[in-house]
Amino acid sequence: MLLSIHNLTVEIAGKEVLHEVNLSIDHGETHVLFGKNGSGKTTLLMAIMGFSGCRVTKGEILFKDTDITYLPISERARMGIGMSFQRPPTIRGVKVHDLIRTFNNNGDATIEQIVSSLNFAEFMERDINLGFSGGEIKKSELLQLIVQNPELILLDEPESGVDLENIKVIGKVIKKLLQKNLRRQRVKAGLVITHTGLILNYLEADKGHLMLNGMIICEGNPREMFETIQNSGYEECIRCQR
Amino acid sequence: MSALDEKARAALNKKALYGPDIDLDRFSSKSSPHEYDPELSHFSDGEKKHMAEVGILASRDERAGSFVLKDHSPIHCSMGQEGVELLTMRDALRKYNGLPDYWWKAVDVDADKYTAQASAAFHDGFFIRVMAGTKSLHPVQTCLYISDEGIAQNIHNMVIAEEGSELHIITGCTTAPHLKKGLHVGVSEFYIKKGAVVTSTMLHNWGEEIIVRPRTTVWVEEGATFMSNYVCMKMVKSVQMYPSVRLMGKNSIARLNTILVAPKGADLDIGGRVSLEATGARAEIISRTITTGGNITARGLLIGQVPDVKAHLECSGLILSEEGRIRAIPEIDGRVAGVEMSHEAAVGKISQDEIEYLMSRGLSEEEATALIVRGFLNVKMEGLPRELQDKIERVINDTGKSLF
Repeated sequence: MLLSIHNLTVEIAGKEVLHEVNLSIDHGETHVLFGKNGSGKTTLLMAIMGFSGCRVTKGEILFKDTDITYLPISERARMGIGMSFQRPPTIRGVKVHDLIRTFNNNGDATIEQIVSSLNFAEFMERDINLGFSGGEIKKSELLQLIVQNPELILLDEPESGVDLENIKVIGKVIKKLLQKNLRRQRVKAGLVITHTGLILNYLEADKGHLMLNGMIICEGNPREMFETIQNSGYEECIRCQR
Repeated sequence: MSALDEKARAALNKKALYGPDIDLDRFSSKSSPHEYDPELSHFSDGEKKHMAEVGILASRDERAGSFVLKDHSPIHCSMGQEGVELLTMRDALRKYNGLPDYWWKAVDVDADKYTAQASAAFHDGFFIRVMAGTKSLHPVQTCLYISDEGIAQNIHNMVIAEEGSELHIITGCTTAPHLKKGLHVGVSEFYIKKGAVVTSTMLHNWGEEIIVRPRTTVWVEEGATFMSNYVCMKMVKSVQMYPSVRLMGKNSIARLNTILVAPKGADLDIGGRVSLEATGARAEIISRTITTGGNITARGLLIGQVPDVKAHLECSGLILSEEGRIRAIPEIDGRVAGVEMSHEAAVGKISQDEIEYLMSRGLSEEEATALIVRGFLNVKMEGLPRELQDKIERVINDTGKSLF
């Protein structure tokens, strides 16, 4: 198993936000997290990445059979976990280019090729996330992820704020990032938060999970789950659970 | 005794408005003279390295002029471009009959005891005059260097940019590697005439016990531009300066950028003031300051004297250690209707969100912090030649790395 989460309980500012969450993702799999705003989806991703605001009070996170529950963020990143943020901070005076330059390019494409595939050249000299539109933020995040080349890819609403034309570009990049072109040799795995079906078309997701009030209450075929949510709303999931 | 001497004498004990008061008698006004160095070849490798750190090349290539003042002796003064005149101040006073229209016109000789001393015990300085319409291809480099223990260096510089000219000056101030105690008093008067553009970049790299009191005033005529970039990121005991720019002509422009790092034991009281005195005048004052244990007072003052002027003032500070203090004092003085002036000031710490964001890309906490600090200090300095911009970026990068 690439990622195993057991009974994970997480507090933010003294308030319990995740309650005994269990989740396992194997090499090559893409999982989707559904759930209402505020249900704890982003917290789960941030806890996997190791952000200091998410304090683990119970349970454990194993990555490649190593307990990473209390490892610093940078070590998790170096072990192969990468995250695309929904609302990343602005870093003034630091150009996207300056940051990319600090990475080891682990992928097989040159940085120039990646930049051009995302049509992002003119943003390389801009301050990180300063005045970026929704779509530009996502492109910048994906660009960083491609160069970083993690094995477990955490995507927090990769399509939010992106226009239809750019969803195509982003969808294709994510597909490649998750090695959807490979079958048997695929090792990369993903955990994706989404509210729309648009990105599902590109993800070829293997499994869906539904979060409600900090708990995973349902698992299943991601397309079927999405259709149910789309047709009947999250209320149906709550009823179904009862 | 001339009226000027009398005024100076009367002010010899006049305390400055800001900064710790300095007992001038602790410093010697005499030093042993140094030999003239026509090829800038007399410096040791250690000295050359020190000078390179403040942007001064030991070669005259790619310079419109070079000037080095060591202690009290001008040891080098050479010109590299027609239309760019560079003289020692004493030679210029002789050549231009005492420069009656400029000498002590912009700066008041009795402003405080430091200006008074610069007059009463004047050593020398540089004089730059760019002829009308001449554009300097390369910067003029001026180096003010102290190597004698315990001396006061009393300097008076002057820059005259004639109409439509363009000049870049880089001034590197530094001390011999071994030097402990010293005082630098530097009066600078800038006269920037119609349509001229002057950028003055000053890199300071003093020693542990050095005290620095620059006194600068700039007069800017119609359609002319003055830009100043001041960088001081190494240990110095005390710097107090509050350069003044008077935008006297229509549509004149001033931009003042200051980048400071105060290590433990340093006391920096540094600001900039711009008086907007003609319609269409515009000004921007930006300071980025960091303390790693020292004290910083970042001042700024905009005075709107006439309508239709526009100005902005920005002081940002980061406190990166348990000790250390930053006081940001931005001030706006609007004296008529129709001025448009604003300021923002912020003092804080590096945001944990930013650090962790970069850590999630695999940077260690130290690497992430250093990158954010470098970004913070990285002020965009428009109109600066690439070489000088690169130099400043290198200084910032090196300092950013050495902070952690």
